[in-house]
Formats: sequence, structure tokens, C-alpha cells
Amino acid sequence: MTYRLAPIDTSTFTAERGASGTDVGDLTVIGSVVQRSDARGHVTGRTEFFEDVAPPRLAHLKMHRSARHHARILDVDLTEAVAVPGVLRILTHADIPNNLYTPLKLIGVGPDDEPVLAVDKVRYLGEPICAVVAETEAAALEGAARIKVTYEDLPPVFDVEEALKEGAPLVNEYHGQNHFIYEGHHCRRIRFGDVEEAFARADHVFEWRYQSAPIEQAPVETTGCVVVPQADGRLRIHSDTQACFFTLDNTALILETPFNTLRIVGGTVGGGFGGKVDVVVEPVACVAAMLADRPVKFVYDRAEEMQVSSPRAAERIIIKDGVMNDGRIIGRKVTLYVDAGAYSRHSPYGTTKAAAHLPGPYSIPNVWADCHCVFTNRTPSSAMRGFGVTIADFALESQMDRIARALDLDPLRLRLLNAYRDGDLKAHRKVAEGTALVEVIQKAAEMAGHELPEAYRRMSSTTREGL
Amino acid sequence: MAKLRGRGYASVNYPTGMNLGGDPSQALIHATTTGTFVISLSSVDLGQGIKTIAAQCAAETLGLPIENVLVDTADTDTGPHCMGTFASRGTHRVGNAVIMAAAEARAVMLEVAAEELEVDAADLETDGTGFIRLKGAEEKGIHITDLALAAHFKHGRTISGRGIYLKEPSVPVPETGEMDPDSCQAHACTAAAVEVDDETGVVEVLELYNAYEVGRALNPAMATQQVEGGAWMGVSHALFETTEPYYPSRDHGPRDFAGYLMPGPADIPVQHSLFLERPAANGPYGAKGIGEMTANAPIPAIANAIFDACGVRLDSMPFTPERVLRGLDALRRKSEEEPC
Repeated sequence: MTYRLAPIDTSTFTAERGASGTDVGDLTVIGSVVQRSDARGHVTGRTEFFEDVAPPRLAHLKMHRSARHHARILDVDLTEAVAVPGVLRILTHADIPNNLYTPLKLIGVGPDDEPVLAVDKVRYLGEPICAVVAETEAAALEGAARIKVTYEDLPPVFDVEEALKEGAPLVNEYHGQNHFIYEGHHCRRIRFGDVEEAFARADHVFEWRYQSAPIEQAPVETTGCVVVPQADGRLRIHSDTQACFFTLDNTALILETPFNTLRIVGGTVGGGFGGKVDVVVEPVACVAAMLADRPVKFVYDRAEEMQVSSPRAAERIIIKDGVMNDGRIIGRKVTLYVDAGAYSRHSPYGTTKAAAHLPGPYSIPNVWADCHCVFTNRTPSSAMRGFGVTIADFALESQMDRIARALDLDPLRLRLLNAYRDGDLKAHRKVAEGTALVEVIQKAAEMAGHELPEAYRRMSSTTREGL
Repeated sequence: MAKLRGRGYASVNYPTGMNLGGDPSQALIHATTTGTFVISLSSVDLGQGIKTIAAQCAAETLGLPIENVLVDTADTDTGPHCMGTFASRGTHRVGNAVIMAAAEARAVMLEVAAEELEVDAADLETDGTGFIRLKGAEEKGIHITDLALAAHFKHGRTISGRGIYLKEPSVPVPETGEMDPDSCQAHACTAAAVEVDDETGVVEVLELYNAYEVGRALNPAMATQQVEGGAWMGVSHALFETTEPYYPSRDHGPRDFAGYLMPGPADIPVQHSLFLERPAANGPYGAKGIGEMTANAPIPAIANAIFDACGVRLDSMPFTPERVLRGLDALRRKSEEEPC
């Protein structure tokens, strides 16, 4: 067995490494290289994914999707589509018992702002309108292509700051305005100390702006499921969901069936990266399986995965810092706009996670953040690896580099000087513990051959030494 | 025209677990008649390796070889609840639930062994090879296969255990944002070395130095895969990926991998990685979640290295050749306007 193995540094946190209720020397399995249990199956092709389930009489589902960014639906004409040989059934919003996506409903996080199938309006290009169930994938695609939707176009809005302006087109009537409301506030806030006072006494004030664009999770296996009606009347759902019970519970809410009539079988997934957390394929496939009384497969093609499946949100981040001549940051003000697209999905959650992450891994005594979750006429964004954090880190760490350049300081010394340490109060008022930013910076410097003065090499997360 | 080299840094932290908590996971464990321990979960393995980590945690806690552990996941008819695979929570939540279940099963295992051997359970120990032995009298012991058979057919005992881990939910204060968002924080610092072609605008990442503090590397080879695979994703985010290349315009959205580029084998930089371990008090054997964070530090490290190489500050992702060239053009115009 050959594999890459990064060494473990034993010179830092030596005492603690042996603690934590265990003596590190006594561990026999933990800390050792055990071959991944899925390795053999993956390299021999024997691993079974949901698409390897091929029940007899399997029917296929394909969506007819919105061709407009923002429009009223005046008419849906199914005449030609139902005449396509092999088409078994076409589902519209009227066929979905509870036509609402219900993310995190059971733990009290809403909102009910998105239909499973569009009713009288579409709010983004690619929004699902009708589901065609057919004998073959080709017939389902042909049926979906023959559906004729008549639209009345509405003005779309694509930019987060445009969307927040007075008079901007309203994206989602459920909210009544183009942003999510956090307990009466127009955004998720962090208020810690007094940034304006800090800016007034700072030697330098820097303000820069950062932008990202939506990013696809790009799993090798696209989002999908195979639903198989069972002899006892239940539905067995073979799914590549990242969260089996989350899928089960939300599907049951949409089907308005008792929870125990559904069974999810999954757990072996060809990559997720957050793209398989939203419950988007199972509910429609279950309705189709019940109405057609046949097994039904609904799997995204690559274009749907890239343009319709919820991506990582685009973010716009403006960071204003008050900095002293020696590099100490005494105030940081962050304005974040998360582009949620047309519906909430998990973006209100991700925006709060972003707020919790600010102002980055640094001890800054005055912090102000407004994190806006904004609705626009684009594909709803949702979870992706590093949810709420990845783009913030791009902005925060670019900002640190710019400050170092502006003050002609070593970029790693600037970070060490401001790094959070045990006992520091974070901006969200939790006392930091188990910190190790100082040590990873020191080690990276050592590895990359970046020399640090003795005083910086002696700094520690557990003491105030060097400050 | 030249290839310009530069170096950039980024240091980051990342929270373990669903933001604000309230995300439980459970594990059940039982011994078969012949001493294999089956862990029942509904947790999802996306390729990150939760099945392997669950088996390691169970084997360590039981004091048995990993060959004696099977993982059965994920069927909602048979596996107890798991919130899901996201938020860098799997190793932390599921690992803790498995340890709790395995500790309960171990206690029963030692009780039955004590009855079989006619000794006190407190005087027994496991040796990691499958035997339960009397401390200080190594010849007095019993193999787990014999013990499990005896438990079933002689003592009528079930060697089993239940585990759950929950970080109780926190509710943020709307005015100030006061909250308890995470279970612990992992840390990383990445140094990136890049080469910028000032004629084509193409950025090549030459080397990455990754220092990661992960609480404990439960399986150091899999942790290495997380760090270096995640860095690949960071390189990809930095240089290539978006579904809307001219955001906020919706035009030119790629629909396949011919239009949505990602780094191929020749684009992968040389990586040098190192782990530090500062065990988390609430982590399974001290482990923190590192599933997500490994894509983060490379992005700003590359942005900062591009500036170091050619003086172009890229404040919009991704750092495409078009953006690099526009940045270089702007620098040239600026230097022409301000002759010195």
C-alpha cells in the first residue's frame, strides 16, 4: 500500500497531544493509517451507487424548465407533450400535495418561499415547471421539449446592491422585499466595541472591495434518485443525498404522507461538496412513482447540475480596517452581500455562519458587520464546502496582504501580531480556546523558508508572549 | 514578455459542526455471535471516509482489531438518525456517537468476560489483538469470538451500545450577533508559489506549503488526502471555476466540463504538508473537522502570490487569464501616465 502521508509535528502542543483523556502512546488504531473502506470498490468499479439500482419497469423523469429569468406564467400547454409516444404522465404544481420546499422545517428554520413546481410565476432561468414521466429517458426529454409555456416577462434584477435599491423589481413576494429578515433586522449583524471610534484614532484606514461569482460543486455523480414502490405500499428511495433523514423528513412533508411510509437507502455517494443537501429530486420523483405506480428515476444531467442545481453563492464583501503604524488592527467593518438567488434554500443559515466567522482569525477589539442575504433572479444558491467562510477568507486574507504591503510590513508578522489566542473574546462574544493560528503560521514559515525574527518564533497561542 | 514568479500567504480557521449546533448524530453497535461488532449509522460517505473513521473510533474504544468492526450505513429503516454529511461535522459528531456506543458495548463485553473468567471486570484489559485478559496475568484471557459465543448462548447477554452526540442549539442575539456557533476551530496556513505569464495571463501554481492544526489526525493518510485534495479544489476555485463567468450577467454559463474548467493532472502543484495536533476537549480522540476548510487558504494565498509576482491585485474570483491581462494593462497605463 503506497500513499501520501504528511508528517505530524510533535514539537508543538506536546503535553496536550498526550492528554484529552487518552495517552497518545496507548492509541493503537487511532492515528494509524487504515486503508479507506471504499478504496477497493472504487478502483475495481464494484461500488454500488444509486444508479446501479435498475428495477423492472423503471420510468424516467425529466423537467420542463423556465426559459425566462422572471416572468408570469400565462399558459401551460401540454397537448403536444402528452401525445409523445412513451409519455406516461406530466406533473404540474397541482399534483404536488404540499407544493413547498421545506428546508430545515422540522428544526424551526424556514421559510416556505419556494414552490416544488412553479405555479403562476418563474423567478429564475431553469426553474422547474412541469415534470414529464415516460417509458424512456428519450421520451421524457422529448415530452419536456414539447411543452409550451406562454410567459409575460417581468423585469429581472441580477445585482445584489441593485436588488436592495428602492423600486427594484420584487424577486419573491413571500418576503415582500429583496432580502431575508433576521429577527426584525435587515441583515445578520455583529456589533462589538465601537468601530467608528477606532477609525477616528487609527493611524491608517483602509477600505477595499471583493467579489466572487457562483461556483458549482461539480460532483462526478450528479444529483438524483430512484424511487421504488414497495409491496407494503411504502416507497424505497435510493438517493445520493448527503443527509438521509433530512431528505426523508422533507420529502414526507411535501408528499403529506406519514414519515414512516418512506425509506431512504443511500450512504455511498460520488461526491457532494454541499450540492446534495437541498432536497430537490426526491419529492417530485416520489409523486411520479405514486401516480404512475412504477419505479421512477430522476437524475440531473450535467447541464442541470451546473446551471440549475444550487451553486455556492456569489458574494460581495467590503472590508474597512483601522490600523496602527505597528500593524495592529483596532477596528474592522465588514459589509457582506450574499447572492441567494430567487429563493432562500440554506442561504439565510450560510449568511449567519459567515457573520460568526468575522472578523477572521484575529483579535480585533472593535468589529461591525452587516451580512445581507439578498434575493435576485438567478438560480438559488445554497450549501457548498466552506459555506459562508470560503469567500470571506479570500477577502479577509487578501485584505491582510494589502495592509502589509501598504505599511511595508512582513505579511506573516502582521498576521502573528493580530492572531487570536486562547482567552481572547471573539466578536460574537465567545471566549477563544484551543487556538493554534500562531503555530500554523510559524510552521508554514519554516516549511517555506520564510525567516521570522526570534520574538515572532517565540509567540504562542497559549501565552501572551511577544505581544 | 516574461514568466514572473511570486509567493503569497494566507492563514485561516474553520468551525467544526453545524453553525449554532443543534445537529445530532447517533450510532448503535452490537456484537454478532462470533464477535464482529456492527456499527449501525445513517451517515453518508461522500468519499471523505466516514465509514473508515467510524470503524477506527469503534476499534480503538472497544480495544479490538479494526478487522472486528463492520459499518452498516445508510438505510433509514435500520440506521439511527444522522443530521447529514456537511459542516465538517461527520468525524466530530459521528465519531463521538460511535465512541459513546462502543464504550457502552465495551463495558458489557468486560462484564461478560469477568463472568466467564470468574474475575472482577475492573481487573480486565484488552490488548488490541482480540483478547480480553486479566491484568498482570496474561495467560488468563479469552478471545472475543469465544466471548461473544458465550454471551449469546450461555449468558443470554447482548454486547451492544448506544451513542449520540449533540451540541445544544445556540440562538444568536439579533442586535449584537452574540452566539455560540461552533464546537471547536481548526487552523491552517498556506504559502503559495506561482508563476504568471505576462503575455498570456495564465497563472501556474508551482508549490503549496500547507500547515494544518487538526486536533488529532485520526487517520494521517486520509487527513493528508483531505488537505491536498482540498488544496486542489482551492486552486480550481482560484484560477478556473464559476457558473457565471461575467457575473452578475447571466450570460455564457457553462453547461459541461468543456466549458467549466478545472485543473488537470498537469496543473496540480507540488505540495508540502504538515499536521499539528492540539486535541479538542470535545473532539473524538481530540479530532476537529477539516473536511471543508482545506479549499480555503489556497485561494487568497494564490491571489497574494499573483500580486507578489506581477503587481496585479485581483479582488474578483476567479483569477482568469483575462483578469490578469486586464490588470497588467491597467498597470502599464498607470505607469505611462506617471512617468518617473
